Amino acid sequence: MMPTDASDLELICPAGTPAALRVAVDAGAHAIYCGFQDETNARNFPGLNFSRSDMATAIDYAHRRDCKVFIAVNTFPRAGDIELWRRAIDDAAALGADAVIVADIGILSYAADRHPDLRLHLSVQAAAASSECIRFYTEAFGVKRVVLPRVLSVPEIADINNRISCETEVFVFGGLCVMAEGRCSLSSYATGLSPNMHGVCSPASHVSYHEANGEFVSRLGDFTINRIPANQPAAYPTLCKGAFQAKGAIGQVFEDAVSLDASKLLPALGRAGVKALKIEGRQRSRAYTKAVVGAFRAALDAMASGTEIPLGVLKQLSEGQSATCGAYVKTWR
Amino acid sequence: MFTLSFRHDFRVPDLVSSALRPLPLLPLEVFLRQLTSSIVARHPDILERIGRTDLLRFGIDPVDVPFAMEIELRDGTAGVRLMRSLEERMLHARITGTLAALMGLVDGEADGDALFFSREIVVTGDIAAVLALRNAVDAAEITLLREAAALVELWISQPGKLLRGLLADEAGSGSKVGGDPVRR
Amino acid sequence: MKSTTLTLGPVLFNWPADRWRDFYFRIADEAPIDHVCIGEVVCSKRQPFLADVLPDVIERLEHAGKEVLLSSLVLPTLRREARHDAELVNGRHMVEVNDVSMLPAVAGRPHAIGPFVNVYNEGTLEFLVSRGARLIALPPELPRSSIEAICSAIPDVTIEVWAFGRTPLAISARCYHARLHGHSKDSCQFVCDQDADGAVVETLDGEPFLVVNGVQTLSHTFCNLLRDANDLVNIGVSSLRLSPHTCDMVAIAQLYRDVLDGRRDADDAFLSSRDACPSATFANGFTHGVAGALYV
Repeated sequence: MMPTDASDLELICPAGTPAALRVAVDAGAHAIYCGFQDETNARNFPGLNFSRSDMATAIDYAHRRDCKVFIAVNTFPRAGDIELWRRAIDDAAALGADAVIVADIGILSYAADRHPDLRLHLSVQAAAASSECIRFYTEAFGVKRVVLPRVLSVPEIADINNRISCETEVFVFGGLCVMAEGRCSLSSYATGLSPNMHGVCSPASHVSYHEANGEFVSRLGDFTINRIPANQPAAYPTLCKGAFQAKGAIGQVFEDAVSLDASKLLPALGRAGVKALKIEGRQRSRAYTKAVVGAFRAALDAMASGTEIPLGVLKQLSEGQSATCGAYVKTWR
Repeated sequence: MFTLSFRHDFRVPDLVSSALRPLPLLPLEVFLRQLTSSIVARHPDILERIGRTDLLRFGIDPVDVPFAMEIELRDGTAGVRLMRSLEERMLHARITGTLAALMGLVDGEADGDALFFSREIVVTGDIAAVLALRNAVDAAEITLLREAAALVELWISQPGKLLRGLLADEAGSGSKVGGDPVRR
Repeated sequence: MKSTTLTLGPVLFNWPADRWRDFYFRIADEAPIDHVCIGEVVCSKRQPFLADVLPDVIERLEHAGKEVLLSSLVLPTLRREARHDAELVNGRHMVEVNDVSMLPAVAGRPHAIGPFVNVYNEGTLEFLVSRGARLIALPPELPRSSIEAICSAIPDVTIEVWAFGRTPLAISARCYHARLHGHSKDSCQFVCDQDADGAVVETLDGEPFLVVNGVQTLSHTFCNLLRDANDLVNIGVSSLRLSPHTCDMVAIAQLYRDVLDGRRDADDAFLSSRDACPSATFANGFTHGVAGALYV
């Protein structure tokens, strides 16, 4: 495995709308990931995403500024209705996407057969967490890059990079899945809608908030997910970040309301052979995109020029206003 | 060095807020209605992106000024009403926060999730509708100052329009404005 | 037409080795089960405890005419875990693949796909079948409409549906049992052995919601498809999976067998399943395309 030089690290940035894409490109993204306006992508949220013509314009805007566009087709097709997902792959290829980000084995197989020149990235939703797993995807479908699930420590990532032939991409900022991505049915257990099938997790359509006894109560489907005292930071009622009781204690059984911030691990991730750093947040605003992309691009530029990396400036944009390095640090487990 | 440019801790001072209280709402409502009309005409993609044709009524409640706003979306049109309070209004969703925070959301200077996490804005009701509205407005790249300027420009070029707006209000408030023939 | 088979999934919880052995001995002797998947699939740290009794259990099950399958880990990340899984392939038993990492090792020879591999549609299924998959357990969150579409697209493999037991909902690198007890995962002291059916997680309203089982999260409700079983068979499902719990699994297996064979009315069997598993709340929402926690 070769360490990746700071100047070769790619910054992969989210865009939920054409406006956010332009902001991210202008703020220094090396590549943008985004999705079509339907359940083929894992951020199928109200008011978000790109029509086919939005996408054509967006790719043109990015390419003129030397920025790549990756299209996420990363949910698992509904049986009997695969055509919608296949069309997304065909259209991504026709529109000139620099890569498609895919999770489903059937769609990978289709894309590899029909569009041999289309670059395939394995979505985090495939949760490929070992070198054996990654080798399956590279050998069977010619996958060129794997987005690693957020369950691995930095030494484990280095070990994987030693034993595979494709590039790896890791999340460095934003919402944090506590569970192995693409292998979680918590949302559909409470609401009937799942990340894998519908591209939503703890969907807003099933969220409600109310005040009770001075507390801010959030519910998902028929279940109370959190009660937050007045003046404490709120959290979106994502199931795994909720407060519950177990074994006589009350608290966040799965994960606190924190978001991932691995900015201080950037040099270590480069040394571990990671090729690309990914920012979560296609559902966030232009203001978020501009701030986060700008900060991480500044950090990469600082690394490349051997100066100190600015830290901690992104706290205000984080959930619950505190951050964690997640599974990258082994004690998280 | 990178900093967050948005100052969302600004509150309208109580003194100013008290001074605003006795003002009549009608002129401001006419202005807001024409502004909304102008914004919707200049950014037709907002309603398209929200993607819902059923009636949606949002209450917007700036906590530091003595009035609130009701935005009604129906069949691809947008209407707006101004009122002293949202008490007893039938709303699908309600967004509460300081005027600066709310305007920051429209202007794209603030991040809705960050304001929500820090409890600077509070949302209740149909959260999916609020998200759709927030995402659609963010996507439209609105600058309120520029929108207001466009409206003033229109008044100058079509002075009768301001008058018609006032008269329409006399005839019955809450008229739908989305279809107004305003051009860029 | 081939009759619908019953599969007993692996014990997901941390049972002491003697309890584990006795459980399978009773299954061998008394339960009308066709396939038995065995092995520790949730946490590799538990695997050494079972190694001593595993050969006896396999022998007893096979002697009773059961087909034994060896189940691989759900989320192998360590080299040691990869080596353990690789060894499964060397034996004479069919392997049940629970993570994509196992697919190269089993390619070209008959194998089973467990419910932890994402088979959401006929496209993925077709690919897996072309590489030797014979028995495919679908993910528990799949609705009936998807199950039907998959079965009708590829009729000549055995399609299995999660039919009884707490439903696995998530897997993580983090150990929630250790977290609940204030331990780190590396020095967990195997506290998961205190909860033979998982540790209950309640909402702040005191409503039972989930259970944690080490790195795994499951539903608090028990999936129970006794009243859906014959409909599933009619749309092409050819195997039902029962997941072991401390309740009377022999009685549960017998109820499923009786319903499938038309010896017993499904409503009547459903009532009896309450006696066999008195503390359980039942659910079938996933199959009906609604929240998994519901019973429709």
